[in-house]
Amino acid sequence: MIGRALVLREPLSLWGGMDAASGRIIDAHHPQRSVSLTGRVVVMRSGRGSSSSASVLAEAVRAGTAPAAFVLAEPDLILEIGSAVADELYGVRVPVVVRSPEELARIVDGEELALD
Amino acid sequence: MPVALDDRDRALLAGSSGDGTAFAMRLVMRAAEVLGAQRLIDISGAHVDSCLYHGQASLDFVARLAAGGARVSVPTTLNVGAVDLLHPELWRGDPAAAARGRELMEAYRALGCRPTYTCAPYQLAGSRPKLGEQVAWGESNAIAFCNSVLGARTERYGDFLDIACAIVGRVPDAGLHTTDARRATLILRLAPDIPAALRDADVLFPVLGIVLGRRAGSSVAAIDGLPPGQSEDRLKALCAAAASSGSVAMVHVAGSTPEAATLHAALQGGDAPVETITLAELRAARDELTSALGDELAAVSLGTPHASLAQLERIAALLDGRRVAVECLVSTGRDVLAIARERGIETQLREAGIELLVDTCSYIAPILRNRSGPVMTDSGKWAYYAPGNIGAQVVFGSTADCVASAVAGRVVRDDSPWGDA
Repeated sequence: MIGRALVLREPLSLWGGMDAASGRIIDAHHPQRSVSLTGRVVVMRSGRGSSSSASVLAEAVRAGTAPAAFVLAEPDLILEIGSAVADELYGVRVPVVVRSPEELARIVDGEELALD
Repeated sequence: MPVALDDRDRALLAGSSGDGTAFAMRLVMRAAEVLGAQRLIDISGAHVDSCLYHGQASLDFVARLAAGGARVSVPTTLNVGAVDLLHPELWRGDPAAAARGRELMEAYRALGCRPTYTCAPYQLAGSRPKLGEQVAWGESNAIAFCNSVLGARTERYGDFLDIACAIVGRVPDAGLHTTDARRATLILRLAPDIPAALRDADVLFPVLGIVLGRRAGSSVAAIDGLPPGQSEDRLKALCAAAASSGSVAMVHVAGSTPEAATLHAALQGGDAPVETITLAELRAARDELTSALGDELAAVSLGTPHASLAQLERIAALLDGRRVAVECLVSTGRDVLAIARERGIETQLREAGIELLVDTCSYIAPILRNRSGPVMTDSGKWAYYAPGNIGAQVVFGSTADCVASAVAGRVVRDDSPWGDA
């Protein structure tokens, strides 16, 4: 798949951080507040915070506002499970790809990424 | 390396206990792969966070489990839902949304879960797993408390996975279920400039938690420099804040938590880098929790995570027969409230004008009447999430500050423990 990178300057918890109805960042503490995640390859070091983020991801998939994929520097169980449930319920996969911190750091915001 | 399954695991995966259980088993298997586990292990209990409504997907998921005949196979408590089932009149939002929230809460009860609806299951008799016990807990503050304060072992079981583990009674043998992963890999030492009075003040703990979450991220840190024997309520505030600003699932507090009788024990005999937390950093973190200016006050919200009996008693004692002048909401668990009722504490609080909320929380549901003006809280977690979730402006203060402010009808804060009053 190919998607346009959205490089987050800080990790984002989808719960409390993303509005599944609009697909936008709502975390008041996040430097990219109000940016839309929909259809983007979201690049961040790691997931963060609440264990409810899996639900927000599945709901975003249902609502058609989900990111196309995630690229992280470490595995994230919460996002993986949200993705697996969305796949079972709605037949849509949101890949969660792990890259080395060095590779992650080279990704430029807005760049078209090819993920396998 | 593939996950080694035993005969029962394979049978569940093949659908021997129905499609719902097989679905749950697929999720547990996915988790095992992500975590790199080589096998699954039994659990003695679970705490499920999936009963909070996050949209139609929440209902679609539990409907799939129920249609497939799934039931929990271990004693399972439920986290907060969207509505207070005992005080439905406190809901001040769309009635259709309340109905969906209620439907979800009841759907989880129908899977065999205990209808506790609290984010602090560790305050319930009968759901405090013992040191070393293996469990599967959801809800970030409960996870951190379980590992850190009870010394029971859980990974971070997010929504969907928590109930999946409760259904199959198994978890991946990985992460914080293993002794190695519980070793502190970072020492956070309180700097000498932090006054002794602050080191032993309730108000330090949510703020220290915010700093801990930022510094530790998802790693296990050991905090050094606090007086020994810190109370569960203080450690609860620390864990909740750390799991908000970071992904902290376990922290050692030297001299206070069971796997950190000493700093050496927290390190399991190893070594770790030392970082210092200064008074300036704590003050800055405290200030960042406040987004409102001036002394205007619209409401006060206490009890995040859900207040313990000791905290309800303390609020009643701080009120000392006085009435609150602004809306003041205290969240607790329905089981704790039942005890508070027997002991007359509920009556004292209600007579003071306080509203008591159970089964949910005031930063995830439309409960507060006055959300347009500043809301004061003693919770690092509430202060962290409420601006994004319910659009609240926040004033952070100690529990005593919050009660004094509720009575005065304006923000009153005693910053003397911080040395900058």
